Amino acid sequence: MALEKISRVAGRAVHVPGNDIDTDRIIPARYLKCVTFDGLGEFLFRDVRKNPDGSDRPHPLNDPRRKGASVLLTGANFGCGSSREHAPQALYKHGIRAVIAEGFAEIFLGNSTTLGMPCVVASREDISRIAAAVEADPATEVAVDLAAQRVSFAGKTASVSIRESARDALVNGRWDPIGELLEGAPEAKRVASRLRYIAA
Amino acid sequence: MPKTLFEKVWDAHAVRRLANGQTQLLVGTHLIHEVTSPQAFGMLRDLGLKVAMPHRTFATVDHIVPTDQVSEPFSDPMADAMIKELRRSCAEFGITFFDRSTGKQGIVHVVGPEQGITQPGTTIACGDSHTSTHGAFGAIAFGIGTTQIRDVLATQTMALGRLKVRRIEVSGRLRPGVYAKDVILHIICTLGVNGGTGYAYEYAGEVFDRFSMEERMTVCNMSIEGGARAGYVNPDEKTFAYLKGRPYSPRGPEWDEAVARWRGFASDPGCAYDDDVRIDAADIAPTVTWGINPGQGIPITGKVPDPARAKGPDERASIEEALAYMKLKPGAPIKGTKIDVAFLGSCTNGRLSDFQEVARFIKGRRVAPGVKAIAVPGSQGVGLLCAELGIDKIFRDAGFEWRNAGCSMCLAMNPDKLVGDQLCASSSNRNFKGRQGSPTGRTILMSPIMVAAAAVSGAVADAREVFGVKAG
Repeated sequence: MALEKISRVAGRAVHVPGNDIDTDRIIPARYLKCVTFDGLGEFLFRDVRKNPDGSDRPHPLNDPRRKGASVLLTGANFGCGSSREHAPQALYKHGIRAVIAEGFAEIFLGNSTTLGMPCVVASREDISRIAAAVEADPATEVAVDLAAQRVSFAGKTASVSIRESARDALVNGRWDPIGELLEGAPEAKRVASRLRYIAA
Repeated sequence: MPKTLFEKVWDAHAVRRLANGQTQLLVGTHLIHEVTSPQAFGMLRDLGLKVAMPHRTFATVDHIVPTDQVSEPFSDPMADAMIKELRRSCAEFGITFFDRSTGKQGIVHVVGPEQGITQPGTTIACGDSHTSTHGAFGAIAFGIGTTQIRDVLATQTMALGRLKVRRIEVSGRLRPGVYAKDVILHIICTLGVNGGTGYAYEYAGEVFDRFSMEERMTVCNMSIEGGARAGYVNPDEKTFAYLKGRPYSPRGPEWDEAVARWRGFASDPGCAYDDDVRIDAADIAPTVTWGINPGQGIPITGKVPDPARAKGPDERASIEEALAYMKLKPGAPIKGTKIDVAFLGSCTNGRLSDFQEVARFIKGRRVAPGVKAIAVPGSQGVGLLCAELGIDKIFRDAGFEWRNAGCSMCLAMNPDKLVGDQLCASSSNRNFKGRQGSPTGRTILMSPIMVAAAAVSGAVADAREVFGVKAG
């Protein structure tokens, strides 16, 4: 299973400010009633994007100038809460291909990496600089370079960091671990045979 | 070299190092439910793979089950499709399913321990962040995403980076009226909602030594609310006593062998921790949240924070956002805040001891007029025990609706939902915006006893005053 080597993600950006944006905010639980991930993009940030009657509320993702944005800029502890993969899936299905934040919750980070959606950490000042550039010109291309751990935008750059295991997996095209895990299956069986509760 | 429980369990389950530096970790026990697994089974079918160890995979249905409807099909066609899908997948892959007809169905984190599936020294994964609950038994248990569920189904392993370990010692004695829920809310308020990122929490000290297994579960359950993917308590005699005689517990001569093995997993004296936090039990008060994450909490005697007194622009913005959503006034006492709904249940506080403890106090009391109060056992097993002990009757007599087992109003993926901006006194684990099913619904997290006090008072109340618990 050859996977794409993801070393650079570039596109227009959208800034959704705020810290501790949780998975219920990203996709409210009532939209988890599904047996496939198809169509989840529609419910991304549903309760802050839409009124109960379905009409739009003011939200960066409803802003026509941000239409087609593939890079999400946000605050600290993004994706906290549930382990639901529906959250990164909703972002991905909406068209987001990279997230730049001040920090990420653990499970969200792992889930996103497994989808091939890099989560990189930048300082608040740099996120503000990128957001300002995007605000000034919505067409600004924001390019996340995972090899150089750098973001370029409007002729400027900012350094970003990414967990090394995630960076390695993305740039080397092994972000979906299933192939490697299957290769290790015989060894896993050996380890399992030594553990009474599994072998029994 | 002395090792922590985490290191011992990790080392016993490490299969090999992966190219990106992560570990291929053997998952001894895989728990699944209807919400996060159907897509994983779909991926498995697409890849033409089988379940590697169906005998180590256990399923239940919890999130979407209506708590007031026994017959099927469910009125919600999507919920009905989800339970049928899980039945189909379990049958196809030979997985044990604690379905509603078995009498063993319930919230996955209540069922695992109840059945004796959750055991010390094991690794447990489940597509649910509150999997940390199982750490109460000295297991390393964590929540995973759906793609990882696929990985575990297909290989009984997953790719994971090793966590650091922070020991949290709570010493001394809790004051009367202070419960396990208060302990974990206090810990989260102290260390922050992302303070545990990258860590497993080892809970220790006199308070945990004295805690029952169910109290330990309440604390471990909410580890993730503090950012820690896993939390555990070292196994001891209480752990073994709880497990003895349960359906999946070892029996006969195997029991003694298992206990000896389990004992060996406890952290060694003198082992090194990556971080160490000490908390004095006397500093912990009955704690309630005022905001929109579990770290925004105060003692019941406290006042809602004032953004004008925030430490910086960040804190000010987050207080303002929370107060606007919660419709609370800065500086106002939290006590006396009117409630509309009282919810007692969830994987945090939906076990027998939770209902037993509340029953002691609500006997002969009545839920305040205008308050909708629901009590939802965490499993059919808990419901049955409550019925045998007459606890359900005490709740009904007090004006609570007594329901069937499920996640219910904790996350409202079922008919139990807040309406409009109703305010709910809740024994659950998350007070996120919209969490309880209404985009404007409001949640105040608290211990079961405080939920009961709020239910009978019609407002957030100090259970010690309402129920006459003597100050120590």
